[in-house]
Amino acid sequence: MAEPRFRRDGAWVGASVPRREDPRLLAGRGRFVDDITLPGMLHAQFVRSTEAHARLLAVDLDEVRAVPGVVAAYTAADLDLADITALLDRPAHEFVPTAMPVLARDTVRYVGEPVAVVVAKDPYAAEDGVEAAVVEYAPLEPVVSDLGALAEGAPLVHAGAPRNTLVDVSLFATEGIDDVFSEAHTVVEVRTKTGRQNALPLETRGVVADWDDRDEQLRVQTCSQVPHQVRTVLARCVGLDEKQVRVTVPDMGGGFGQKCVVGREEIAAAAAALRLRRPVKWIEDRRDALTAAFLAREQRYTVRAAFSADGEILGLDADVVCDMGAYSCYPFTAGIEPLMASAEMPGVYRVPAYRVRGRAVTTNKAPTAPYRGVSRPQYVMVVERVFEKAARALGIDAVELRRRNLITVFPYTGVNNITYDPGSYLESLDLCEKTLRDEGWFSRRSDENRVIGIGFACFSERTGYGSGAFAQRKMQVVPGFDISEIRMDLNGTVSVTTGTLSHGQSHETTMAQIVADRLGVPYDRVKIVQGDTDRITYGWGSFASRSITIGGSAVAAASVKLGDQLREIAAHLLGGDVESAVLEDGGVRVGSSWLSYADIADVAYLKAHLLPKGVGPGLAATASFDVGGDGTFSNATHGCVVELDPGTGGVEILRYVCVEDCGVAIHPQVVEGQARGGIAQGIAGALFEEVRYDDAGQPLAPSFMEYKVPTAREIPDVRIEHLETPCAFTENGAKGAGEGGTIGAPAAVLNAVNDALRHTGVELDDTPIPREAIFRALEVS
Amino acid sequence: MIQLVELVVNGERHDLAIEPRRTLVDVLRHDLGLTGTHVGCEHGICGACTVLVDGAPARACLIFAAQVEGAEIRTVESLAAPDGTLNDLQQCFSEHHGLQCGFCTPGMLMLAEGYLAEEPEPTTEEIRDVVASNLCRCTGYQTIVEAIDDCATRRRAAFQDRLDRSAS
Amino acid sequence: MKPAAFEYHRARSVAGAVGLLTELGDEAKVVAGGQSLVAMMNFRLARPEHLVDITHIDGLAEIRREGDTLRVGALTTHRTVEKAELGDFAVLSRAMRWVGHLPIRTRGTVGGSIAHADATAEWCLLAVLLEARIVAEGPAGRREIPAEEFFLGPFTTALEPDELIVELVFPHPAPRAALTEYADRKGDFALVAAAVDLDTDRIVLGGVGPVPTVVRGGWSSGAASRARAAAAADSLDLRDEPGISAHYRRGLVRTLVERAYEEAARG
Repeated sequence: MAEPRFRRDGAWVGASVPRREDPRLLAGRGRFVDDITLPGMLHAQFVRSTEAHARLLAVDLDEVRAVPGVVAAYTAADLDLADITALLDRPAHEFVPTAMPVLARDTVRYVGEPVAVVVAKDPYAAEDGVEAAVVEYAPLEPVVSDLGALAEGAPLVHAGAPRNTLVDVSLFATEGIDDVFSEAHTVVEVRTKTGRQNALPLETRGVVADWDDRDEQLRVQTCSQVPHQVRTVLARCVGLDEKQVRVTVPDMGGGFGQKCVVGREEIAAAAAALRLRRPVKWIEDRRDALTAAFLAREQRYTVRAAFSADGEILGLDADVVCDMGAYSCYPFTAGIEPLMASAEMPGVYRVPAYRVRGRAVTTNKAPTAPYRGVSRPQYVMVVERVFEKAARALGIDAVELRRRNLITVFPYTGVNNITYDPGSYLESLDLCEKTLRDEGWFSRRSDENRVIGIGFACFSERTGYGSGAFAQRKMQVVPGFDISEIRMDLNGTVSVTTGTLSHGQSHETTMAQIVADRLGVPYDRVKIVQGDTDRITYGWGSFASRSITIGGSAVAAASVKLGDQLREIAAHLLGGDVESAVLEDGGVRVGSSWLSYADIADVAYLKAHLLPKGVGPGLAATASFDVGGDGTFSNATHGCVVELDPGTGGVEILRYVCVEDCGVAIHPQVVEGQARGGIAQGIAGALFEEVRYDDAGQPLAPSFMEYKVPTAREIPDVRIEHLETPCAFTENGAKGAGEGGTIGAPAAVLNAVNDALRHTGVELDDTPIPREAIFRALEVS
Repeated sequence: MIQLVELVVNGERHDLAIEPRRTLVDVLRHDLGLTGTHVGCEHGICGACTVLVDGAPARACLIFAAQVEGAEIRTVESLAAPDGTLNDLQQCFSEHHGLQCGFCTPGMLMLAEGYLAEEPEPTTEEIRDVVASNLCRCTGYQTIVEAIDDCATRRRAAFQDRLDRSAS
Repeated sequence: MKPAAFEYHRARSVAGAVGLLTELGDEAKVVAGGQSLVAMMNFRLARPEHLVDITHIDGLAEIRREGDTLRVGALTTHRTVEKAELGDFAVLSRAMRWVGHLPIRTRGTVGGSIAHADATAEWCLLAVLLEARIVAEGPAGRREIPAEEFFLGPFTTALEPDELIVELVFPHPAPRAALTEYADRKGDFALVAAAVDLDTDRIVLGGVGPVPTVVRGGWSSGAASRARAAAAADSLDLRDEPGISAHYRRGLVRTLVERAYEEAARG
């Protein structure tokens, strides 16, 4: 792969070219937030609540200010910042907003909530200062579970949220659905609880902020997936205009959703920098990252499904409760998980009747943010368990039962009012099953001396939510579009902006490939500009598998516009007709004549008098892109083979196969990397990771000793097979590829474990799967 | 209290006056400006700070700089040639897409560099065991194992080639 | 996660270290490989005012065979033991695969592990299993403490604050011994660890009590390994704990003891 592999003649899209990001990252010459040092820079750390729920009686920082090396220490009252509030356009019975103060003001609502910020000459002194703070609490009874939150007479986390409920929506409710259930041949029920997880970017959150007198700007360098949204919230909190804040994003060590919301600490650190007129750096340490950062995924499902005797699914009736912790995140709100689950649950199956109630409850735990897949890993797991249970009840092979119910005719408009664009739902299932069969896993499964199970997961994933799709969620700020500005410089090199930004996804490479194809220049002549609110008109950042679908489309559209400009100028200079001008070999051909881009740029910048009438100087274009309709759906089938150890309850994944279809893969190696990494995170959720709390709301996983991130020993090699159903309405035929791996893995793993337990009569539906439960199931048998 | 510490990093001698509580990784990054080595957990589990101490991979977050006076420290900055040309291990990581965000990468590289120097003929399973020392949140590890495996194979082939040539 | 301030002292000899410990008293802590201590200091769960660094003392990292006895210097790293050719003490090398990961094993030391006294730590189990003597030097000179008397509770030992562990003495070979563990994730501290020596008929368990637990055989000498494992498991007084029941822990003991027996029999 040192040499680019071309997919088709001359095309960059589809080639696994060397990544532009690699040389600096491999040489240790990347620039992450903590690598930035500014003259006179100070270091912030936070005094954090040690109580899960309490009135804040007093915060005494006098001793803190006396600690050697401490420069300043501030409480909420000292900084006087506006709260962070995220809104949905929904009525009060469906949505209750929360005001998240930058520093806790009168109440603390989770252990780890920032109470005061300490600024010191180095991070060691900052921690010395934090230790010296004296905080007086009047403890209140904590709410530490979803059931506790909903219980009659439960203490309230927010006075304005009765029954601790922030979101409560009932959707769809197909007419006659109760009759469907009462008349059905078979009804199965799945009850599932999934563990709270941490998205866990290996680089923790962080910021360097300083006030620049010359630019009259607060310059904020932070590892955020959403720099423009950080700018808006920061400007609002500290009382500056948007143009007085510049947010840039350096190299970023992963995000996975945790960094696509606006945090409190970066605002507090920036406010301190503003007040002190000195650069302030805050780097979250791992203990805080594990206990006080945004979390995700703690959900409870009660789902019933009705089936006919021959295995046709007739209805789905679901209740979803998501434990969103102490506050709504900006901009998505606490609705992110229940609304995703409610809208999308029928998934790849032809479900004729559907009813769902989705709720977000608030508890005294660290708040939540979107995390790779957002609810889809959970509801896909639940629906795939539904099919496994129904298959057993009906005596039909589970794969065959799926085949009978998969959507096969596209476009398909579901009971959830979503129109699915074409995909390879059935083909991916067939290929996945065949692959495992050909590899001999089904015969190994029958070995009576071993406890082996095979599990599948079928799913599709809406990627590239456009403004319309997000508007359906009724967010008050509606993400969706992307804007790209492209410019060609004197020697014919190209720079192009994207409002998305890479934190591992390789935009510098893949976006350049897209431009390279549109303009006919090598991809290393294209520079991608990302993550800078001053240089990018507006952007929604990278999340929800939107970068290539939406950002890549905007980049392509801008490239085409620039190409048109180049053609127009060249046609004029060569005395030909614009219609006959074509981009070719790094220049424009008009009939038998050819002008290089450098020659055209020469005219556009240095000899503007030669330009055609009506064409201004310079070579630049702007284009935007939005996904109309319901977006585009990637799909995949995952197959997993596990072996259980009856002596310990241990689980080993013997084989993992992923058959995925994300339309046109811009860079197949990158797509595979996304799939593998996603699968690893899905396995982590199924088998290893959980953020637990005790009854007092104290977090029980403050280190990597307790929060068990799987290693190379636990994560298997993954065989990936590609199918390609190009998307008809994105510019490159691409669909999103960022989240699918994570979505399919929990279902495949859980189904495989249950398949291995098939002789025991025990079914396990909660994650992470307790090894003790496996041990006990096998012990009895 | 300030301690005078003499450190040898990537063959270069540095004289430092530091608080003894400063960990090696903080000294490398913030006193010497070698920011290639990363900080991921500060309790020895993630391995983002892995460097070589006298040739052996070690957690720079679990060592006080004052403790390694007299040792040879090597960091990721020592791998590429001065003109920026990547070494064979770095090249293999790139070719196999053994990195995405790149945050764990310096630690993985130094882990592998130290290990392959000690064990030039590892099996894939042995490599997997060693890679399990460090955390990566992006790749799922497979391509990291493949990259190290490929590098080991290439180094063995190159070694054999040198033997053959000196024999002929 | 930055440690609290301390004064750093570098010992150049055992006597020097003991002198420092005597002078500095309770506020001093010895650091060797630091693989547990520095992590605890970064969390500020340990905050010694004085740190006595013994890693620059020569002569404490040797492994010496003297007749049937094996002497392992306190500063010997886990990795050195793992790579050493120890003949009929090879159980020590094999057990090192369970100690953390490679970069932990290159720094962590035998003496440090013993002094830290985690009840599931491999060295603690091995020392008790093989009836090792822990050699400590203090102001009054050297003394040898039998491993079984050394561990008093979790992270608590018979070592005096002014004493330094200088070596471990393993008095007899153990050609048919093994240690095995279970944790959900590789390299973690064991949920349960089991070590057996077929020749002395000893079983030592980690994770079932505050210190490495010796199980006294109530079985006949001819009993099969499965029966011994079951007897060992049944002999334990275990309680349900959050996340793990006594029943499951007992089951793990049964499995791991049996597997340790099998591994030991293979030699």
